[in-house]
Amino acid sequence: MNPKITRRRFIKGVIYSAAAAVPGAGYYVATAASSRPAGAVERLISINVNGRTRRVDVLPQETLTHTLRYRLNLTGTKLACNRGECGACTVMINDVANYSCSVLTQQVKGKQITTVEGLRAADGTLHPVQQAFIEELSPQCGFCTPGQVVSAAALLIANPNPTREEARQGLSGNLCRCGAYDHYLNGVMRAAELIA
Amino acid sequence: MTFMHIGKDFVPPDVEGKVTGDAKYAEDFRREGMVFARLLTSPMPSARIVSIDASAALRMDGVVGIITADDLPPSAPPANPMLASEYVTYIGQPILAIAAISEHIAENALAQINVQFERRDFVVDPLDSLVEGGPDAYPEGNAMVLTAPEGDENTALVGRIQPVKWKAEEIAKFRRGEEPDGDFTAGWEYGELEAEFAQCDVIVEESFVTAGTPHQCMEPRTSMVYWENGKCYFHASTQSQSSVNNGLAAMLGIDPADLCVINENTGGGFGSKGTSYPTMGISGNLSRLLNRPVQLRITREEEFYIGIGRPGMQGWIKTGLKADGTVAAVDLIIVSDGGPTGQNSASSSAGHISVLFQPAAMRLRNIPIFTNTAPRGAQRGPGQNEMAAVLAPIMDKAANQLGMDRVEFRRLNAPNSDSGIYEAQGPVTSAFMAQAIDKGATMFDWQNKVNTPRRRGNKLVGIGVGQGYHGAGGYGYDGLVRIHPDGKIEIHSGVGNLGTYSYASTSRTVAEVLQCDWDNCQITHARTDRHLPHSSVQGGSNTIFTHSRANYAAAMDALTKLKEIAAGEFGGSVDDYSIGDERVFRTDDSTTGMTYAEAAQKAIELGGRYSGAEFPDDINPITQRAVAGIAGTGLVGVAKDNLERKGTPPGQIVGFVEIEIDVDTGKIEVMDYVAVADCGTIMHPQGFSQQMNGGGVWGIGMAAYERHVYDPQNGLPANVGLYQSKLPSMLDVPANMATAAADIPDPFNPMGGRGIGEPSQGCAVAAMTSAIADALDGHLFNRVPVTPDMVVNHLAGNTVNSVPLKLNTF
Repeated sequence: MNPKITRRRFIKGVIYSAAAAVPGAGYYVATAASSRPAGAVERLISINVNGRTRRVDVLPQETLTHTLRYRLNLTGTKLACNRGECGACTVMINDVANYSCSVLTQQVKGKQITTVEGLRAADGTLHPVQQAFIEELSPQCGFCTPGQVVSAAALLIANPNPTREEARQGLSGNLCRCGAYDHYLNGVMRAAELIA
Repeated sequence: MTFMHIGKDFVPPDVEGKVTGDAKYAEDFRREGMVFARLLTSPMPSARIVSIDASAALRMDGVVGIITADDLPPSAPPANPMLASEYVTYIGQPILAIAAISEHIAENALAQINVQFERRDFVVDPLDSLVEGGPDAYPEGNAMVLTAPEGDENTALVGRIQPVKWKAEEIAKFRRGEEPDGDFTAGWEYGELEAEFAQCDVIVEESFVTAGTPHQCMEPRTSMVYWENGKCYFHASTQSQSSVNNGLAAMLGIDPADLCVINENTGGGFGSKGTSYPTMGISGNLSRLLNRPVQLRITREEEFYIGIGRPGMQGWIKTGLKADGTVAAVDLIIVSDGGPTGQNSASSSAGHISVLFQPAAMRLRNIPIFTNTAPRGAQRGPGQNEMAAVLAPIMDKAANQLGMDRVEFRRLNAPNSDSGIYEAQGPVTSAFMAQAIDKGATMFDWQNKVNTPRRRGNKLVGIGVGQGYHGAGGYGYDGLVRIHPDGKIEIHSGVGNLGTYSYASTSRTVAEVLQCDWDNCQITHARTDRHLPHSSVQGGSNTIFTHSRANYAAAMDALTKLKEIAAGEFGGSVDDYSIGDERVFRTDDSTTGMTYAEAAQKAIELGGRYSGAEFPDDINPITQRAVAGIAGTGLVGVAKDNLERKGTPPGQIVGFVEIEIDVDTGKIEVMDYVAVADCGTIMHPQGFSQQMNGGGVWGIGMAAYERHVYDPQNGLPANVGLYQSKLPSMLDVPANMATAAADIPDPFNPMGGRGIGEPSQGCAVAAMTSAIADALDGHLFNRVPVTPDMVVNHLAGNTVNSVPLKLNTF
């Protein structure tokens, strides 16, 4: 968990923006982003996603998942629960895994966001975790896989040589209904070998 | 048999997209002009809809339209309607959908709609309805009296709803764990039940309860639909591909030829997305009504209502063993929680016993009762797996009373290739359960483990064994393969991509028959307009057996045509020709022949049956359309699976587990897990391992975590989030799970394989409950899940078991 983006800070962020979380977690219609009353949150902001600075119109209460999926069309980040239970929306913020459904986009200005689409090298080479997950046939249905990939990549940044138990702890925030846990763990251990 | 491809790992074509984020699911698609729909759902479990006033919502900026039941054909209960008309029968039941230019506006518009309800009495526990004077889930009654035999798990019930009531004293007896006397609406029997019981040395009689469980697919069921030139293009979240077409076309009132189902990936289904479902019909009809692309997303909370669930059971069982340990007789009563849809898996539950313990006589008495809870439908191993959960420790108790080892007891009663199953005692294609048990017991080191002390500090140790079964395959579907003039081999698959990779592993049958390089093959699937053949539902552990047969039939047709074309060119008959290196040549002179590419070019010249311009009469209309779409483009192999048949292909597994129960917290930890399957040849080792392990995780979930709970006061569900019906996380399952197979080919599949996806849960949950009883000195909870509070209360001396058969409220 990124210590700078806690659940409390998330909730406070919503309160300060004087808006409730949008029910139904929908898409928004952008209007009058440029003219804002004094004291209101700036809506046209820049965020760094996968090494690129992106200028986006972001509502005060908008979660990072929504910005990524519905404004930047980075649909690899999945929305499965929208309430911080499953980890399908996991992205890295400054190299630390976070649930993007539980982070306000307004809070990540100036930070480096890495989504599953950003893990490949510029020449298209797969990230070692992606390569290992293919070799171990880690995914089943694949819906939780982007989150598992990002969590594993973040784990290996913090701990490039984890034990199987450490890997298990590292990915424990990512649920998989298919129950592909054993294959994901095999994938993490193989990825660590590829990195070494 | 030595195979080129079968039994070897490969990289299924969709894996890379899953790890890079490129894989697209229904919600990831956009269309110009697309609008967003949201559902207005019932806030109460049972009510009459008096009126709907959506005028204020429709006046809102950005709102583009609405659909209600008035726009749809009528639907008779207990069919789960697309939209409720006069009555709502569960919380979360869709009443209308409203579309707007943003989802936010659509959501706000819902708040402007005024629906007047007239409350009705509701019921969440089937026995509360079955008792005389109890409320009925439908105005017409609480039970379905069938007027036609019940079909498979994906077919609608045919009959009429009417009240069925038992006397209060019979319900009270049942709740106490005794055999009740009441009316049943279904059941079956074989053998001489009383005569067999009379020969028994041990008779065990127990009551039991299994909880209903939500499916909790990671991908909420989104659909995105548009209509173009009179055709409907439907991005769907569905387990199946071709078998969805007819049902969805019927929902939309169109010719299946005018429907293109697009399903590249699906984020889990587990039975809840096997066939077309109501929200598909809502979005498709709304899109046509508005003449705009419509996306309908379902939220996680809505999934708990709309996503259906496994029916719970309240039951009683009496089982008798002879002195030699053979199971002589089983008498079974099941009251099923049908929810508002009446789905009932009791016959499968009884069938599980008939297969794995082979009783000489057996009786099932069953009544499904409607409740105002979530709609019910097939969930992984429907019937069999929940039966496995409660049956294992009951059978252990019987074996223990005879002084028999639990593994030896199961081996003694295990089915073999001559065994009969279910009420008709029909045949199986083959069965080698004893071999699987032997292998598993060795891998697990059963003999040593079963003799270890049952206490380690503050942990109680339990050693368990259990079995899972599911009928794993069908017959009579179509295969379609095309050899292109450039030599590429295209396998057209109507199999859905539900995450098992069976669409790919069964396609390798074609490469096996044609002895070709897998890199020269391409699987075409995922869109109806890519010319896909008729397929079975991707459920019921069905695909491996069913579609390796169908693909074999098509590949053999292509092979015959290759040889006929070569014989036409070079003389002789088809028997004079062989294949190899993607050439067809004279067996006595390999230099005389032609490449597959040249044969395909010749097939186009010849036309007729060689190029698909003509096709067999017995293929399904779906396949006929597919063949017509590719006719003249290559050598076309197409055939219905008319291969030899023999009864049911059984998928069965034995599981072994070691657990530790913390006496202070009641937490159950799985220390070791081994499962060995009898599923014929392993066609795709990594895919096999995935299904075995995944089912193991599901079994642990059913044993210890997952359940529906409803507030009996208001009928409100307590489970509307993943953590409230907790599916196991990585920390709830062992870091390593060992799996293997008897690996004896099934003679009724040319590739030797049978399915295995469902019994992998049944064997795990059975082994878990067996181990729990073992750890607790043989105490039977007779219910799942076994939660920590139950364990702690039991250890504190409080009575915790199935009595009084509370379902949905415990």
